[in-house]
Amino acid sequence: MPPREGTYGLLAEFDTPSDLVRAASRAYQDGWRRMDCYTPYAVEEAAEAIGFHRNKVPLLTLLGGLIGGAAMFALETWISVVAFPLNIAGRPTYSWPAFLVPAYEWTILWAGLSAGFGMLALNGLPSLYHPLFNAPNFRDGATTDKFFLCLEALDPKFDLTEAKAYLESLQPVSVVEVEY
Amino acid sequence: MATSELRTKDPGTDPATGEFRVIGQGQTFRSVTEKITRIVLTPHTPLGWFGFFAVAGAGTTMLLVALTWLFLKGVGIWAIAQPVAWGFAIINFVWWIGIGHAGTLISAILLLFKQQWRNSINRFAEAMTIFAVVCAAMFPVIHVGRPWLGYWLLPLPLTMDVWPQFRSPLMWDTFAVSTYATISVVFWYIGMIPDLGTLRDRSESKLAQYFYGMLSMGWRGSVRHWMRYETASLLLSGLATPLVLSVHTVISFDFAVAVLPGWHTTIFPPYFVAGAIYSGFAMVLTLAIPLRKFYGLEQLVTERHIDNMGKVMLATGFIVAYGYAMEAFMAWYSADHWEAFTFWNRAFGPMGWSYWVLITCNLAIPLTTLWSRKLRTSIAFMFFISIIVNTGMWFERFVIIVTSLTRDFLPSSWGTYRATKWDYMTYFGTIALFTFLFLLFVRLLPMIPMSEIRSMLPGAKIKPKAAVEAGD
Repeated sequence: MPPREGTYGLLAEFDTPSDLVRAASRAYQDGWRRMDCYTPYAVEEAAEAIGFHRNKVPLLTLLGGLIGGAAMFALETWISVVAFPLNIAGRPTYSWPAFLVPAYEWTILWAGLSAGFGMLALNGLPSLYHPLFNAPNFRDGATTDKFFLCLEALDPKFDLTEAKAYLESLQPVSVVEVEY
Repeated sequence: MATSELRTKDPGTDPATGEFRVIGQGQTFRSVTEKITRIVLTPHTPLGWFGFFAVAGAGTTMLLVALTWLFLKGVGIWAIAQPVAWGFAIINFVWWIGIGHAGTLISAILLLFKQQWRNSINRFAEAMTIFAVVCAAMFPVIHVGRPWLGYWLLPLPLTMDVWPQFRSPLMWDTFAVSTYATISVVFWYIGMIPDLGTLRDRSESKLAQYFYGMLSMGWRGSVRHWMRYETASLLLSGLATPLVLSVHTVISFDFAVAVLPGWHTTIFPPYFVAGAIYSGFAMVLTLAIPLRKFYGLEQLVTERHIDNMGKVMLATGFIVAYGYAMEAFMAWYSADHWEAFTFWNRAFGPMGWSYWVLITCNLAIPLTTLWSRKLRTSIAFMFFISIIVNTGMWFERFVIIVTSLTRDFLPSSWGTYRATKWDYMTYFGTIALFTFLFLLFVRLLPMIPMSEIRSMLPGAKIKPKAAVEAGD
């Protein structure tokens, strides 16, 4: 359980994505690990800089698609062969070419749902409260035009005064302390 | 060259390439955000919006009246009878689904092709898809005669122990259209989450903060979230691309699997998909042109977008023309008496006028004029063309369904078709419903994806100095 009182971390604000990427990669090289960047659009370089290279969304999508497709094909086969066999113009009850169409649609359906909701789940969303929303400059900037680097208190290197001095050395616009 | 000199003098063009700019000059992260959020967060709804809303609301009420009477009296109030049992309901179904396809094309296929110009128009094109699918999906359900039994289409473990028949294209339709609707909504909503976060942070009223706060799910722009989000968007595009092609293919199977002359052809799947994209882009233009004018979005939806959409329409229009040519060719080449007669009947039979409306609207007017860059960038002309093509594509479905059904193999069972006022009320009612939903969307949700526009601005470039330092 993360601590629910005291300092969540220190939040440094930058004006441009270049400054943020520079600061984030410096901090990562200096051994910081519990940190995150906050940007108003996807800045791939910033994710690279803090060592976030891969994610599990593609795996979830693949699994969802395979399960969806297989489930639909099995359902169609069971319905047409076992549960409710109908003679339609003498065609075989197991008409697999016809079953491919709904199975194909369900492959896409469950792969898509897994991609969308899997992404949200991995991101820990929805979470309507987050300590960062307490920072005075975060909500005006993070979803509009500012770029933030947050060093979190859970990092073993974290010490309030030292971390603050360290962040100041990265030439941000401002550094603020974020409370839980 | 004289033309290139002309181009560089135009402030809307980029001197380096001579192309129209995707985004007007001098935009910043903040200016783009302000521009788009103000449309939604302003307490002063424009008077014109209320005017359109009232008209669309009245039309939607008319739809409700038509549907209520339909449920009370049954499908006999429509003109459908033997031999034309499909009529307006299926024409409108295919027409609306087709319109929806351009939204998915813009958001998914153009994303995969890294066509960045699509960013300004993809959100409202996706909204258009969803509302078009809403209108489309209604028709098969109300057409079955007893819509309260519509759930029989689903494979549900009911006490009757009756299950659907999966060898029928109508079942394929159920799964194709329901998947399409679901994935379109997911794609649209996921794409909107970061922008809803922006709206939450920029709104001043408590109500709006709660509303957008709930919808944005607490999005805070962490780059870890962004990377998963980008992966999910890319995967959803990759999935939506085969989906959109399959949906109209499956719909064309409703026709192609039947033995009726004029329906039983292998050209139908590609020809339906191309027609869908053709009419869908026309509908995007029909919506985008008044919107950019009304909300002053000329810097974000520029001549470049209008021009490019014109080019896509030109290309898909020619695929559609190929489809028409092949129908005529196969009618002759098949040496099949009934095929040949069906084609003759379409062009010169008692309903031949509808075929010539279709040829005029889909081929004669757009495919001769869209070659001209001057006309493609003339806003008034493109609006006119968009209406023309939408009309033409509606008539295409009319011709396919009605002329084939009125005169099939047996002359003794020939008939005719004349739509009733309830048919027209339902059709125009769905146009009103579509407008109604679209107006609500424009008022309440961000119609241009801010986060994607931000990533295209000059300020988003990571300077080499940072890259060098990141590497060492």
